Amino acid sequence: MPSPLRQPHPRETRMIFKNIDRPGWKNDIETYLADGGYEEMKKAFTMAPVDIVNEVKTSGLRGRGGAGFPCGMKWGFVKQDGPKPNYIIVNADESEPGTFKDRYILHQDPHQLLEGVIISAWALNVHLAYIYIRGEFPDAARIMERSIAEAKAKGFVGKNVLGKNFDLDIYVHRGAGAYICGEETGLIESLEGKRAYPRIKPPYFPAVLGLYQCPTIVNNVETLCHIKHIIRMGGAEYAKLGRPNNTGTRIVCVSGDVVSPGYFEIELGAVTFGELINDFCGGMKPGRKLKAVIPGGSSAKVLRAGEAYKIKEKAGDGTMVEKQIGLDDIPLDFDSLAAVGSMAGSGGIIVMDDSRDMVWVLNNINSFYAHESCGQCTPCREGSLWMKKITDRIVAGGGVERDPAVLKSVADNIAGKTICAFGEACSWPTQSFLAKFPEEFQAKSKKPLPPPMPPEYVAEEVVEHETVQTVQGARGAGIMAAAAGR
Amino acid sequence: MELPPEFAAEIDEVITHYPVSKRSASLPLLHLFQEKFGFISDEAILWIADKLELQPINILELVTFYPMFRRKPAGKHHIRVCRTLSCAMGGGYELFEHFCRKTGIHPHLEHAGGVNGHGDPISVSADGKYSIEFVECLASCGTAPVCMINDDFYEGVTHGEASALLEKYP
Repeated sequence: MPSPLRQPHPRETRMIFKNIDRPGWKNDIETYLADGGYEEMKKAFTMAPVDIVNEVKTSGLRGRGGAGFPCGMKWGFVKQDGPKPNYIIVNADESEPGTFKDRYILHQDPHQLLEGVIISAWALNVHLAYIYIRGEFPDAARIMERSIAEAKAKGFVGKNVLGKNFDLDIYVHRGAGAYICGEETGLIESLEGKRAYPRIKPPYFPAVLGLYQCPTIVNNVETLCHIKHIIRMGGAEYAKLGRPNNTGTRIVCVSGDVVSPGYFEIELGAVTFGELINDFCGGMKPGRKLKAVIPGGSSAKVLRAGEAYKIKEKAGDGTMVEKQIGLDDIPLDFDSLAAVGSMAGSGGIIVMDDSRDMVWVLNNINSFYAHESCGQCTPCREGSLWMKKITDRIVAGGGVERDPAVLKSVADNIAGKTICAFGEACSWPTQSFLAKFPEEFQAKSKKPLPPPMPPEYVAEEVVEHETVQTVQGARGAGIMAAAAGR
Repeated sequence: MELPPEFAAEIDEVITHYPVSKRSASLPLLHLFQEKFGFISDEAILWIADKLELQPINILELVTFYPMFRRKPAGKHHIRVCRTLSCAMGGGYELFEHFCRKTGIHPHLEHAGGVNGHGDPISVSADGKYSIEFVECLASCGTAPVCMINDDFYEGVTHGEASALLEKYP
């Protein structure tokens, strides 16, 4: 069902999303050119590449994909005249649950992204760029391919871009349903035609040893769209948007139990959770109260309503003072969310009301990570499935007293012990749900510990019998049976 | 394996996108084969490996790693329902079960495509018209519940709309 065009909220600052849901807007190049498109690209081509990198550094732009790494610093690692070719990869593998911003840029404003890629290619002396689009966006891949062909016909891509001695090829590469391809080194492996097993850092920092062991910049779709606006406004002017160290605008995606979920482009730090939920999203569903918020994609640590959070704020005289605030008053920016113990992540905000069972929610998240672990590192491959099985059991009513402690111990033994950040991503939900809602887990984990194996078996019998019936409910349908007989 | 000439030409064109390493073309080639034949056969794996000068295991390991590739044919219309949190809160499981009921596919998750209902093997209706798969986040959490039928995306799908969709894809 095509969604109706939605009006931007009056408090939004639409820059990246200017053309999203715009009446009469089409995603072809003529519409984009008529609206002043590709002007910043022309301007950028009159600038020295190193000046563009400096403008991006001045702008303070932080990556919008999840980690919030300063974009200019990342670019600074790449030499314009190094011995190896440089590459750019656009990370359009949007797959963090709760995030749905790049989808709209790819479908409705593909040329804004292309312009960002072309400017970045000029700045970093790149002659080959790939747009890695997740497999579940077949339309987006076709739209991007058509847009690249349109840009090629205008001389913006291909040989001698804008008549300069500068060649640039851009190709679309489709993923095939693996979440781990959103991790930049996993994405690079995938683009090399392999399983998306992330590489260990160091030494495989993409800016040094990336695609085909050459310097590679992997940037999120939204991040690259900002480049165009940095060129338009200048880095210093752009940095005035938002707050220090949290500059610019960002798109937040709200889903879950609010009256009207959706996407909003806001200045960083200008809006609080309370305003976002009550003002932008029409509040909670009738008769319901806010219970919890996952602020930056499903791997971000959950925040509980009604709790007091401490953040540091600059007082009038320049000193830092600590302030206690509620969930409603937390401003949406990178640093504030880090200060309250979570993260801004990918901007995917999942809101839950008081009807939600937190064990069920965690079980859903655990199922996701158990399915998506790439299987390279043992703690994550095994641990993510263990966590899912334990929450499966608790949800089905078979939770034993020890389960919350075992869950925590499994989660604690994944984070920090894996090659990539997936280890943290899959253990943070479990750790934070257990810490914020311990009573719900305890209430559902009441059964005494069952014996590990029927006592009548002795070791010899275990060897003789091919299969040994262990406790009912060890797996699958048994859980349901155990729950029914409770 | 004999391929139609225009399909072979399409493959050759895709390989030119990767001037540095032909191996990079393995995922795009798998996509082309699955679009053309509906699934990835053993012959396809051997053909792609041969074409890209790789060992067959280099291709097989991709088919078994990436969830979108399948080694058995799906139904005439392949339905993917999002399972992840925002959709689940918005009725994703109910939508999945509704599709199962309407298409006569066993709604029990363990039967609807292996562990967790993730499609391996794919579960196909008796008449071969539909297959259904519970997939992870389709990145449209604000319009839950969402699904895809073949390459087409549908959002905010009510049960009534789901039934109408099945008629649209006979």
